[in-house]
Amino acid sequence: MNKPHPYLPTSAPEIKRKMLEDLDLESVDDLYSDLPETLRCTCSLNIPGPYAESKVREIVEKALEKNEEFLCPPFLGGGVWPHYVPAAVDETVQRAEFLTSYTPYQPEISQGMLQALFEYQSLICELVGLDVVNSSMYDWASALGEAARMASRLTRRNEFIVPALIHPERLQVLRAYAKPAGIKVVQVGYNSETGQTDLEGLAEKTSKNTAAVYIENPSYLGFAEERVNEISEMAHGKGALFVAGVDPLSLGLLRAPGDYGADIVVGEGQPLGNHMNYGGPLLGIFACRGDLSVVKQMPGRIVGLTRSLKEGERGFCITLQTREQHIRRERATSNICTNEALCAVAAAVYLSLLGPRGLRELCEVIVSRSNYAMRRLSEVPGIRTPLFKAFHFKEFTVHLENGRRYREVHEGLLRREIHGGKYLGAEFPQLRETALFCVTESHSKEDIDRLVAALKEVLLE
Amino acid sequence: MNSRVFRQSKWGEPLIFEMGVEGKVGSIVPKVEEEIREIVGDVESLVPESLLRTNLPQLPMVSEAEVVGHFLRLSQMNYGVNSGRLYPLGSCTMKYNPVINERLASNPRLLSAHPYQDVSTVQGILEILYQLKFWLMELTGMDDMSLQPSAGAHGEFVGNLIIRAYHESRGELGKRTEMIVPDSAHGTNPASAQMAGFDTVTVPSGGDGCIDLEALKEAVSDRTAGLMLTNPNTLGIFESSISKVSEVVHEAGGLLYYDGANFNALLGKCRPGDMGFDIIHINLHKTFSTPHGGGGPGSGPVGVKRFLADFLPVPVVVYDSKRYSLDYNRSHTVGRVRGFYGNTSVLVRAFAYMLSMGFEGLREASELAVLSSNYIAKKIGKVRGLSLPLAHGKPRKHEFVLSASTMAKETGVRALDVAKKILDYGIHAPTVYFPLIVEEALMIEPTETVPLEELDSFVEVLKEISAMAYTRPGEVKEAPKNTAIGRLDEVRAAHPKTFCSSWRRYKSLEEKKGDG
Repeated sequence: MNKPHPYLPTSAPEIKRKMLEDLDLESVDDLYSDLPETLRCTCSLNIPGPYAESKVREIVEKALEKNEEFLCPPFLGGGVWPHYVPAAVDETVQRAEFLTSYTPYQPEISQGMLQALFEYQSLICELVGLDVVNSSMYDWASALGEAARMASRLTRRNEFIVPALIHPERLQVLRAYAKPAGIKVVQVGYNSETGQTDLEGLAEKTSKNTAAVYIENPSYLGFAEERVNEISEMAHGKGALFVAGVDPLSLGLLRAPGDYGADIVVGEGQPLGNHMNYGGPLLGIFACRGDLSVVKQMPGRIVGLTRSLKEGERGFCITLQTREQHIRRERATSNICTNEALCAVAAAVYLSLLGPRGLRELCEVIVSRSNYAMRRLSEVPGIRTPLFKAFHFKEFTVHLENGRRYREVHEGLLRREIHGGKYLGAEFPQLRETALFCVTESHSKEDIDRLVAALKEVLLE
Repeated sequence: MNSRVFRQSKWGEPLIFEMGVEGKVGSIVPKVEEEIREIVGDVESLVPESLLRTNLPQLPMVSEAEVVGHFLRLSQMNYGVNSGRLYPLGSCTMKYNPVINERLASNPRLLSAHPYQDVSTVQGILEILYQLKFWLMELTGMDDMSLQPSAGAHGEFVGNLIIRAYHESRGELGKRTEMIVPDSAHGTNPASAQMAGFDTVTVPSGGDGCIDLEALKEAVSDRTAGLMLTNPNTLGIFESSISKVSEVVHEAGGLLYYDGANFNALLGKCRPGDMGFDIIHINLHKTFSTPHGGGGPGSGPVGVKRFLADFLPVPVVVYDSKRYSLDYNRSHTVGRVRGFYGNTSVLVRAFAYMLSMGFEGLREASELAVLSSNYIAKKIGKVRGLSLPLAHGKPRKHEFVLSASTMAKETGVRALDVAKKILDYGIHAPTVYFPLIVEEALMIEPTETVPLEELDSFVEVLKEISAMAYTRPGEVKEAPKNTAIGRLDEVRAAHPKTFCSSWRRYKSLEEKKGDG
């Protein structure tokens, strides 16, 4: 390259020359003399640039302009949800000291990140009602995969029971994690009126081979699993663990899974101050009971509180590292190294801002608006919502009757600059012409009324 | 020069829980519209009794001003590559994270895009992802790629699942149960192989720190599923016999996996695809300058040769010369390893970085990383008590490994002590005690974004520390003292009686103390 580059302080020709002279070298290529001739790249590869910063900005912004915008956030959920992110959250995670730091393996110079992660762990503990939370997994789905493996290690059993209405993508991830460990994923049916897990079926399928029983609360289709006490007893009665998957935001209103017997809790922390970003990065929540025999089987990093050796000051460090890959190698509890620490910091700031009452109020706004949307939509001729008689948090099923096609209706909404719900018929044959809609605090009454009016119009077309 | 003063901020910052006072609020939640309230009524009455939370979670009650101040003060007790002087953390590639990439990644059309939007409404993002994928394939010499994995280790897991599925498709999984890993490998390699159900077989390195071909020939058999290798290896040395390694593994029926953690040394110089690798991952948070975020998020795209394209996780971003879409139709797919499509906002940053660098700039970045590493290696290798073990006279690539074993024997000052003393100069410590094949290892990777003045200064710092070790070793062993806190009691942190990873546990431990 002829011109120096702003990211490369040693690219100025005179500086480079000085460094080469110091090494008694003619050119940098001498440092690549051990690359066999046959392997060397000789041609220029097809990558454009270098561009001026203004041009880079233009290229990226022009591309993103091709993304369409709507009158209000999409009525989409299913694992990532449109929630408001307070400015204080964005400000914190953009601090270079956090953003551009590595994993805090040198605790003396990384107390800030360590304390922030300790606070994240502590805040999530309060939400889920368990004693130990790790400092993050990739997302809900991969956390579930790790939970199945952990349950199998703890119980030395190899069946993992999940609801039939589990999020299908999450199921796919679970299978990818479970299969190599010899874990069989078993599905249990549901009551077609209420969506609730079929307890008789569950009783039949739970056996001495069951490592754990898993439920989602709220479920993929938005309804709550109500008979959690019975499910917990049933699992524990057979010596199995009870694993719950949650939307942490719902825990301002719904009971902590630790209080209804969950041994492991997984979930998606994106609603806690993380933007949707077309599905990533996300924040995998992973919590478990505090007995050390259980914690020792936990995947991922844990930040612990301790003291400085000399002054006895309170401080933080990564702890129980002997579970991890860099120490234990092939006997580690997981291969995870890079995680989603910064998203965990965002969650810590978010929960600190909301506090206990703010979180409760937010849940009430969400439930009020989603339930209002269901009421109003169910008044529209040709629409049945929700399909399941149960409490719904922010998502719900919307079914079209009279042979109307959801695809056509969806396109009618798009023409009106409204993005409707996610079609479910491809995932569940029993849910043809049904879509999963989501309403949060980011949808106002006006947005909901507009959706209802638009649907009415489209259905009359 | 090294009298330059460094004192990290120290705030004695309370835990956020300790700042809470009944009644304070940190945010205002939107109001439920009156008409909605009338129609829906009391929310609590809608929730089934078995699920209603009667005790609110014990979150702190703090004002916004306090929350912002708290977390910004915490950030001041942390060390980032952009805010620090030098971050020579071997194997982690702590290069400057361009700030323009942050601005671009905060575009509302990216932040607010939902992954289940119709592909027709997200053509802009898909275009960027497809373009990025194409460039990464060019640079690595692979034929197809998945952007799904969230991290390097996640990519390794995918790679191992692909190897598994490949052997399964040929009816050979029953016998091909072994994954070969060199003893110098990153810990994630054996851990990933194990997660995918393989037994790991460790092969020793030769006298030059490279894979021992004879030992490899001994290790391969019809039980071999594959070999995981990083090149340059963790000693920073290029595995020159890579083509022979490839031959040996392929002849035995195994596949070759490239751990791309060190790919940043080779951009535009040579390609893993040409070396014979069948599957690779690359760490965008290393080679392509996306920030590490204090541990994540990262991104670990996985590339494959054509014969494995059908095994990739779904969906794959594709383009039919009119529109971009997501291809779910891969007949042998290993499925998925996470929800949705990948860490999109990290991918957008890497895309912007590549535009800023261009092909020439990327090659220059690798060359300068290697030049900087050799420049300081030569000088530091001569510092009393330190040495550059193995592969004498061979050029290093982007990183090198020192041994402090002489210093440890002669003064009692160990690699860990040197690392802690480095912190006192406002420089981040190198990676220590890795790779495992070097005693008292200090693994140093300066990267290409460090000015010459800082490289020289780093050499002087090590000379000063060495002199101190030989005259006042106690001073080195007591370091650091300029950081927010001194050395921590890690035994206490992990001890069953004092293990404490949450506020609720802290409270109960304090109560017990009070009782006793």
